[in-house]
Amino acid sequence: MSFPSLPVLTALPAAGALVVAFLPKTATKAAKGISLLVSLLVLAGSIELAIRWDTHGSRFQFVSSYKWIPQFGVRFDFGLDGIALVMLVLIGLLTPLVILAGWNDVERATGDRSVKGYFALILALLCCMVGVFAATDTFLFYVFFEAMLVPMYFLIGSYGGPRRQYAAVKFFLYSLVGGLFMLAALIALYVYGRQHYGGHGTFAFAKLAALHLDPATQKWLFLGFFIAFAIKAPLFPFHTWLPDAGGEAPIGAAVLLVGVLDKVGTYGFLRFCLPFFPDASRWFAPVVIVLSVVGIFYGSLLAIGQRDLKRFVSYTSVAHFGFIALGIFAFTSQGGSGAVFYMVNHGLSTGALFLVVGFLVARRGSSDIADFGGVGRLIPWVSGAFLLAGLSALALPGMSTFISEFLVLLGTFSANKPAGAIATVGIILAAIYVLVVYQRTMQGKLGPTLSEETKYQDMNLREAAVVGPLIALILVFGVYPKPVLDIINPAVKATLHDVGKHDPPPVHAPAPANAQGDNR
Amino acid sequence: MHHLQYTSATGAFSSAWLLIAIPAVSALILLLAGRRGDRWGHLLGVAAPLASFVLGAISFFALLGKSGDQREVHQHLFSWVPVAGFRVDAGLLFDPLSACFVLLITGVGSLIHIYSIGYMAHDEGRRRFFGYFNLFVASMLLLVLADNYLALYVGWEGVGVASYLLIGFWYGRPSAATAAKKAFVVNRVGDVGLSIAIMLMFVQLGTVSFQGVFNNAHTLGSGTLVALTLLLLLGACGKSGQFPLQTWLPDAMEGPTPVSALIHAATMVTAGVYLIARSNPLFDLTHTGQTFVCAVGAITLMIGCIVGCAKDDIKRVLAYSTVSQIGYMFLAVGLGGEAYAFGILHLLTHGFFKAALFLSAGSVMHGMNDQVDIRRFGALRKYMPVTWAVFGVGYLAIIGFPGLSGFFSKDKIIEAAFNRPGWTGWLFGAVALLGAGLTAFYMTRLYLLTFHGEKRWTDDVHPHESPSVMTWPMILLAIGSAGAGAYLLYGAKITDFLAPVVGGAKPEERLAPAAVTGLTLILVLAGIGVAWALFARGPQPTTEPRARSPFVIAARNNLYADAFNEAVLMRPGIWLTRALVYLDGKGIDGLVNGLAAGVGGGSGRLRRLQTGFVRSYALTMLGGSLAVLAALLIVRIS
Repeated sequence: MSFPSLPVLTALPAAGALVVAFLPKTATKAAKGISLLVSLLVLAGSIELAIRWDTHGSRFQFVSSYKWIPQFGVRFDFGLDGIALVMLVLIGLLTPLVILAGWNDVERATGDRSVKGYFALILALLCCMVGVFAATDTFLFYVFFEAMLVPMYFLIGSYGGPRRQYAAVKFFLYSLVGGLFMLAALIALYVYGRQHYGGHGTFAFAKLAALHLDPATQKWLFLGFFIAFAIKAPLFPFHTWLPDAGGEAPIGAAVLLVGVLDKVGTYGFLRFCLPFFPDASRWFAPVVIVLSVVGIFYGSLLAIGQRDLKRFVSYTSVAHFGFIALGIFAFTSQGGSGAVFYMVNHGLSTGALFLVVGFLVARRGSSDIADFGGVGRLIPWVSGAFLLAGLSALALPGMSTFISEFLVLLGTFSANKPAGAIATVGIILAAIYVLVVYQRTMQGKLGPTLSEETKYQDMNLREAAVVGPLIALILVFGVYPKPVLDIINPAVKATLHDVGKHDPPPVHAPAPANAQGDNR
Repeated sequence: MHHLQYTSATGAFSSAWLLIAIPAVSALILLLAGRRGDRWGHLLGVAAPLASFVLGAISFFALLGKSGDQREVHQHLFSWVPVAGFRVDAGLLFDPLSACFVLLITGVGSLIHIYSIGYMAHDEGRRRFFGYFNLFVASMLLLVLADNYLALYVGWEGVGVASYLLIGFWYGRPSAATAAKKAFVVNRVGDVGLSIAIMLMFVQLGTVSFQGVFNNAHTLGSGTLVALTLLLLLGACGKSGQFPLQTWLPDAMEGPTPVSALIHAATMVTAGVYLIARSNPLFDLTHTGQTFVCAVGAITLMIGCIVGCAKDDIKRVLAYSTVSQIGYMFLAVGLGGEAYAFGILHLLTHGFFKAALFLSAGSVMHGMNDQVDIRRFGALRKYMPVTWAVFGVGYLAIIGFPGLSGFFSKDKIIEAAFNRPGWTGWLFGAVALLGAGLTAFYMTRLYLLTFHGEKRWTDDVHPHESPSVMTWPMILLAIGSAGAGAYLLYGAKITDFLAPVVGGAKPEERLAPAAVTGLTLILVLAGIGVAWALFARGPQPTTEPRARSPFVIAARNNLYADAFNEAVLMRPGIWLTRALVYLDGKGIDGLVNGLAAGVGGGSGRLRRLQTGFVRSYALTMLGGSLAVLAALLIVRIS
């Protein structure tokens, strides 16, 4: 076995969290420094893995396995497929940016609460996020899946906005209920697995995926997993916790909540629902597709109607998760790869959007849209970043978000024309919600509570370093998405193979390959 | 069946990507430079399209040096979006059609860039203006050089964003911000059509490259072809301001006038015409699709003429005339055969004379403290002789005065319309003919009220001629407006030049060309005459006279298109949004909270419980869940 990269990447932030937690309360500088260092190490590690990744290699790479609870066949199994790898890199990228974004703002938001506590919680969350994507033992995944709630609960409940406690409890209850459904299904799956394999049974992904359960059982177990993931994602109509959580969470936590934690839901669809329950997935797909399309419209319309910037971003995410789920349950290569790429891009795009909203809140002391108006001329650079992030949220062609959204729509359309066509209409609503909010906050006359004398500092270097990389990546991947798609495609292909679906061939097979360009 | 064969790009063509890259990089520099770039920003901003123009001209002459069947030059760049069966490569296609557009965009574009140095001289955002302007040029070049529909879509939306940014350039004005948003959103409606068209191509043919789609188009069923062409037409209607998506274009005049000239007259709004002309192998296969294109063109050209007669804002009249002239182009490309080339010819001549008209309108505004109401102009001929002359040439060109460029291009379209087989030919021909008369009327009205008669401006206005950095580009455009039509049709033989791309089948002649020309001239003269009688003599009112006829009232209200959109789309949309926001709080969330109340003893009590005990509460939850977990494990396994 080679160097255990994944266990180390998981354990490193946990160790960091402990160190930061036991620092003296006044050592805030050290807490920030250590946190940033640890997160940058995780980023470096994840990039190193991406570079070493073999696109033609096996489905799971960087595998390592240790004994844990032999009585139940539970093991510390780590490994990445292409989908988990791109999510890992996304986590590696977002965490240092979030830490940097909270560098000065946390103090203001925390009041009497401990600054080092905030950073320790972020590191604890980082540990769980890496673990949840790196685990190939389903029980280990479940543990990280639930453990993730705790640091997030405290981040929202202790460092959030005025209604933070309501939001935190709601978030916790929702997720916990979903998690229990999954736990029940997981245990049942284990029991079936033990009957099949004998001995102490197993939670290993590959072995559970190889169980061929009868369709009726699959349906029940599918539901258990599905509800957990649909709440986490969140899919309409399980979404109502998100606007509260996203609206009340401190910006950094909101970025990680919507950018990464929610993706565990859509990741779970792909990683567990489809391979474990292929028949049930196909059986339930029409329902999920309808929910997704409804979610796209519902999330978009509600985003248009929001009066608070953070709730606005949360509702746009409800619409985006509709697109992601749509792509997954279309069961086509384009839909699947589009959905995974969408997960990455949504992290970049919504991350940027939330972070810029954070800049605005830091200046204005409010996230109420009515408190802004015409602010663009006071802070042109922040305003420009807001527009770029907004354009990426509406999936502007030329940006990476367009590639993923178009692939999702294309993949859906090729499997289900009405669903694909209806979902495409959603792009109009996306334009409306982004531009309406941009107009209300940045354009037109100065808001009634602002005056010409109002002075705000424009974007500073730290803030530029926080959103700059995200926007740059969105543009780069819009022009050249191939490196990411090359990592994602084989994993999606394997998943579709698990679920027993093939891409529909073109209706009219094109004439014999007529290579572009050189014909003479 | 014409089979598309590409020649690979060598020599001058291998740098085709630079055409796009130069203005794109320049835009990036201008927008990131910040205040530091204010001193030299406009110089870089002008240099970029000029450089692209020189490159484009070199490529154009290299293209002329090739024989007719070798003029589809293709450059493969890189693998762009590869996912299983969906493989889109980034590549450029430099052929006679894209060459025409490249020269128009960079040539007229450069002139308008130079003009803007003067026009925007006193605006503190001039560097930003040039940044957006260069972004537009880059996107537009990508639009016309892309070798597949997906990359075309990127350029398509890029010009949309540039247009959004430039309409809302003075974003402090609420009307400008609203107009910008409206333009983008209406365009998105069209984009839905374009998106689904691209998906349908992939589903049917497994490819979205021009070559792949066109060479296999004959295998498509007729229903699919109709659907495909109508979806493309929807996209084209959005971008080109055609019925029923025409309402954004007049509002787009909120942007600075050079923007109106370049983006909302000469180039971007003709992208829909390009899309249809480019997709000619698809449209040629479906008569129904073509009839729809013609009908949209005919309806829109009438709408533009009628509303154009009723407006008093110099830029709005020109905007509606743009709507109307693009209607002519749509009519032409809908007719098919040799009329494709006539549509492109009209597009090119329109690029010249409409740019000349807009730039001289801008020059008028520049000298009149940004006044746009033609009832407040009058007698400007004496104060702005160059502007008057340029506007005059543009005016004569657009109404189709014999010998000037509009005469050749519009006349050909009217002829071709009459030649369409069946009764539709008579209808479309008659509409096009009538439109020519109406165009003469409203343009004469505009011209007379602005430059002739008594002065009607207030005393604080001191009209003056614009600086030479503005007048020289105007003069060059006026020369183009005068001569481009005859040169392109007879000198450059544009129909033969474009034939390899769009074909050139001549239909049977129904009316002698001379008869059509005669009829057109009679109507044009009648239009001029009526306008002369109404607006050349006697004092003109300085405010809009009260209208009695419902026809005039309807025309002043844009034929109620905006009112319709507001009543049918906007209002219900707002109500639906409000209702959903209410329900999301009360309905779904209420249900969930109620459920929680039933199970856990009320969210109110929950809230009381937590106060002060957040941590212990969470830990209790965690402990509880672990206990449940353990219990489940033990029960199920033992």
